[in-house]
Amino acid sequence: MGIEQILAAIPWETIIIQTVNGIVTGMILALIASGLTLIFGIMDVVNFAHGELFMLGAYIGVVVMATSGNFWLALIIATLVVALLGAALQITTLRPLLGRDPLTTILATFGISLVLQNYALWQFGPVARKIQEPFTGYFTLFYLEYPWYRLLIAALSAAIIGAFWLFLKYGKYGIWIRATTQDRVMAQAMGIPVPWVHTGAFAIGAGMAAASGVLFGPLVAAMPAMGVDWILKAFIVVVVGGMGSLGGSIAASIFISLLEAYASIWVSPAQAGIVSFVVLILTLLFRPTGLFVPTPK
Amino acid sequence: MSKRSATVYWTGFSIILALLIVAPLVLPEFWRRFVTEILIWGLLAMSSDILIGYTGMVSFGHSAFFGLGMYGAAAALLMVRPPNLWLAIVYGLIGSAAVGLFVAYFSTRLRDIYFAITTLIFSQIFYVIIFTWTEVTGGENGLSFRRPPLAVPGLFSVPFSPETLHWFVLAVVTASYLILRRITQSPFGMVLQSIRENEARTRAIGYAVERYKIVAVMLSALFAGLAGVLYALQNRFAAPDFVYFLVSGETVIFNVMGGIGTLVGPIVGAGFFLLLREAFSRFFTEYYLIPVGVIFIAMVIFLPQGLLGFMRRWLNQ
Repeated sequence: MGIEQILAAIPWETIIIQTVNGIVTGMILALIASGLTLIFGIMDVVNFAHGELFMLGAYIGVVVMATSGNFWLALIIATLVVALLGAALQITTLRPLLGRDPLTTILATFGISLVLQNYALWQFGPVARKIQEPFTGYFTLFYLEYPWYRLLIAALSAAIIGAFWLFLKYGKYGIWIRATTQDRVMAQAMGIPVPWVHTGAFAIGAGMAAASGVLFGPLVAAMPAMGVDWILKAFIVVVVGGMGSLGGSIAASIFISLLEAYASIWVSPAQAGIVSFVVLILTLLFRPTGLFVPTPK
Repeated sequence: MSKRSATVYWTGFSIILALLIVAPLVLPEFWRRFVTEILIWGLLAMSSDILIGYTGMVSFGHSAFFGLGMYGAAAALLMVRPPNLWLAIVYGLIGSAAVGLFVAYFSTRLRDIYFAITTLIFSQIFYVIIFTWTEVTGGENGLSFRRPPLAVPGLFSVPFSPETLHWFVLAVVTASYLILRRITQSPFGMVLQSIRENEARTRAIGYAVERYKIVAVMLSALFAGLAGVLYALQNRFAAPDFVYFLVSGETVIFNVMGGIGTLVGPIVGAGFFLLLREAFSRFFTEYYLIPVGVIFIAMVIFLPQGLLGFMRRWLNQ
């Protein structure tokens, strides 16, 4: 087979479409993973319930959409409600665990995720519920009618992450968060109310998860078990990106989503999911500190 | 161990063992089955205690070992005619050992939370494989098979009755407990506990920490696989649901509820969890995990030692 034939055999159009798809999914994943990374970085808590916060966000979106019909209102209310819920959960369950083995926080958040998931099942039933997208425009991408909404998701996710980054960099409370992440004791000594910074960071992370839930709601339907797939992916991303590194997990989200999107050209989506596992194994083998962080000295 | 304390321990052990032996004769069918299930889940939880309680590594991937034990047993019972009990156990152990080696090799490179996450993800890999590879594993429906007779080659061969199945499970679990107890008290077990207390220092003394961890994970996988084989024998099917990470999560819950680092604690924890499930199912039907989850969270916060944690030192003498 000549080189021309190989080039001709590659479905360029499909690849470009899948690149767009991969970036869209990658941005959603990045939004979830950056909340997870924030929470992990600041208080060594691996938030097992993060996927359930994502799921609750989607459900609250469904409920608000059903009553008001306004997507943007749904987005804001879901974010705020889940952020408040996150703060309440942090105060009641995680604050007493501060200073104990970080592994106990995995157990506590695992308990929370069981409760929330079953609560959603009880409240909303096992049937999938869809969120109506705010607008239904299409544009032509080769042979596909591609919905504008998908691009909007990617743009909005990027905007939220960007705003979050600016907040961390320049905002007063953002600086508190970074200071607490670096050195909890020193931050306390400088007069930063560390317990409240923890609560605030958890609320922000929860709110980001909820926002991604609402944004993603129109593409997949809201289901009680939807959080599980995403939390696993987010865990993979966080390990591959380098634990606790925000930039690393964003890069890893897009990287893994692109690979999965390309893989699903040839195999079924369920099997394409194995790609992320393979990336994880290779990362553990050759660079256990993470792919997208500088080599530790 | 002081002599008196040892006497008390073995007396208590014998009394509980005697009660469990008599249990199927006096309990009604439902509760007999219930006790058998507690023993099987207890064995799974006990196997995970080797990692959680003694080596200080929380595994969220025990469903993979358990599930592969089930599927290994299923393979032996479906492929080999006539079905043979001992072959089922051997196949199950081989299955879980293979998975155990794979998981151990990769995940022991990481510590603490990272170990927990990678074991979780690895168990999910096997779940996806089993779930999608329908031709071999039966996919979503799983595999069902007939229970082999209880046989010793050349001596006797009788079909399992509910009582003999219970006694068989009890014998396996008791033997496993004694073996695991012996292992945790051996020099090898001491090294594991020293890894839990201070990994850097253990390495500095000159122990190859990585190798010890790999062996610990393998050991844990073998006993988890054994529990899987027993579960397959009891229920006569293997299903992907048991490879799903929820089972791993429940295993960790058993450990925390019963008290880690005690070996018997996880069995008690399994019993406590199943009782809670039974009690709350009456009111909350399938949503029993809401109250059970709340109780679990409360126990993590207020009773981190678990139910038997106060006896930990005594049980490990």
